[in-house]
Amino acid sequence: MVIIENLHKKFGRNQVLSGVDLTITDGGIFAVLGPNGSGKTTLIKSVLGMVIPDKGTITVLGESIKKSSDYRHKIDYLPQIANFPSNLRVKELIKMIKDLRKATNEDERLIQLFKLEPFLDKKLGNLSGGTKQKVNLVLTFMFDSPLIILDEPTTGLDPISLIRLKDLIKVEKAKGKTILITSHIMSFVEEISDEIVFILEGKIYFKGSIQKLKTKTDQPDFEHAIASILTDNHA
Amino acid sequence: MLKILKYSFFDLMRSRWSYVYFAFYLLLGIVLLFLNNDLSKAVITLMNVIIVLVPLIGTIFGVMYYYNSKEFTELLLAQPLKRSSIFLGQYLGVALSLSMSLILGLGIPFVFYGLFESSAIWDFSLLLITGTFLTLIFTALAFNIALSNENKIKGFGYAILLWLFLAVIYDGLFLMTLILFEDYPLDKVSLIGTMLNPIDLSRTLILLKLDISALLGYTGAVFKQFFGTSFGLIVSFVMLTIWVVLPVLRIVFKSKKKDF
Repeated sequence: MVIIENLHKKFGRNQVLSGVDLTITDGGIFAVLGPNGSGKTTLIKSVLGMVIPDKGTITVLGESIKKSSDYRHKIDYLPQIANFPSNLRVKELIKMIKDLRKATNEDERLIQLFKLEPFLDKKLGNLSGGTKQKVNLVLTFMFDSPLIILDEPTTGLDPISLIRLKDLIKVEKAKGKTILITSHIMSFVEEISDEIVFILEGKIYFKGSIQKLKTKTDQPDFEHAIASILTDNHA
Repeated sequence: MLKILKYSFFDLMRSRWSYVYFAFYLLLGIVLLFLNNDLSKAVITLMNVIIVLVPLIGTIFGVMYYYNSKEFTELLLAQPLKRSSIFLGQYLGVALSLSMSLILGLGIPFVFYGLFESSAIWDFSLLLITGTFLTLIFTALAFNIALSNENKIKGFGYAILLWLFLAVIYDGLFLMTLILFEDYPLDKVSLIGTMLNPIDLSRTLILLKLDISALLGYTGAVFKQFFGTSFGLIVSFVMLTIWVVLPVLRIVFKSKKKDF
């Protein structure tokens, strides 16, 4: 699905990614983890073509991403912070994104699911953080793409919406889609992900199942396993 | 690109500033006609205002729009769209809505005053065309500055400096060079000097057409002598087009390499 080879990226003097090799197979939920500033978002943005790598190649669904922007038709992306043009109404934004990508009717179901009907005529600048995130989720999930990338999807969501989001992710997974998630909520990651990709200092430190991680670090639970990687490498 | 252009254009058309800009020109047109009581004279006064003000508004608006629409841009970048079409669409959205405010704002009072029966119609059209060129040029320059500077304050600073340099300081330096080297033949230097500044170029272009030798000044006189009126007009138009094309090319080039 996604093949990343020898990816390097530097911002000024700050070397963020230094030789990332990663293969994401078809189907399943992959969680990209790592401490703050480890390069998770940079990695994801490189796949999306928003960050231009200094070195290395990225192939999405068999196509090199350098050639054209068409491969993004096959990706649904949820950005980390839902910053939308503030003078646009929710309805207009959804309509605009549909116009730019393709027609879909999924949005109605998602709007119902997240109970967004009362906000449709409100301007995006006046919405709360959680509501913005729900709009963000609608925009992401309304297209039926084989690859879904979620950057911190749980930010600002209330417990009910969080349950709905998990259900939504599981439904998409059942359809055989590949889902990439970054999150700092370990319980969320543990519950939904099939495989963990741990980034440390710009490199892939670990890739495998949660069980494998627990054995490797010799810790009984997931949260401690992650914590032990961090203390071993920084203490 | 047309879709982005459409959204940027309508987004700006709904914003208050487009109306303020439009209202300002409307008022300016009315006041000038009222005071001058003559179309040709109003055109000359208008030229002096347009040549300084249009670049300023284009620069400020361009920088402001780029920074304000950062979120919108990031949203678009994740969609299956080409980078060049995102940025060119936004650029044209800003430049065209500004040009429209200018053309309508000035056009309406002049049309009501009887522009179509007057001989000043060509002079006035040339004024609007030059104004549109200046908007295209300075919005493109502003986008270039904003693309190269992540820091908003720096971006605004450079944009204002650019305007100040081309609208005021350049002329001063130019004049000083002419005085300092007055013993040498300066025809070519002053010709090139005029062409390198779109504001000077526009001024010369309009004055050539209006044929007011008293206002032409030294460079204008050289221009006229060198090219003659009609050829001079063509040369200045070509130069103005180059002034639009080069910054636009840099927008495309720069946007392809930028990280978001």
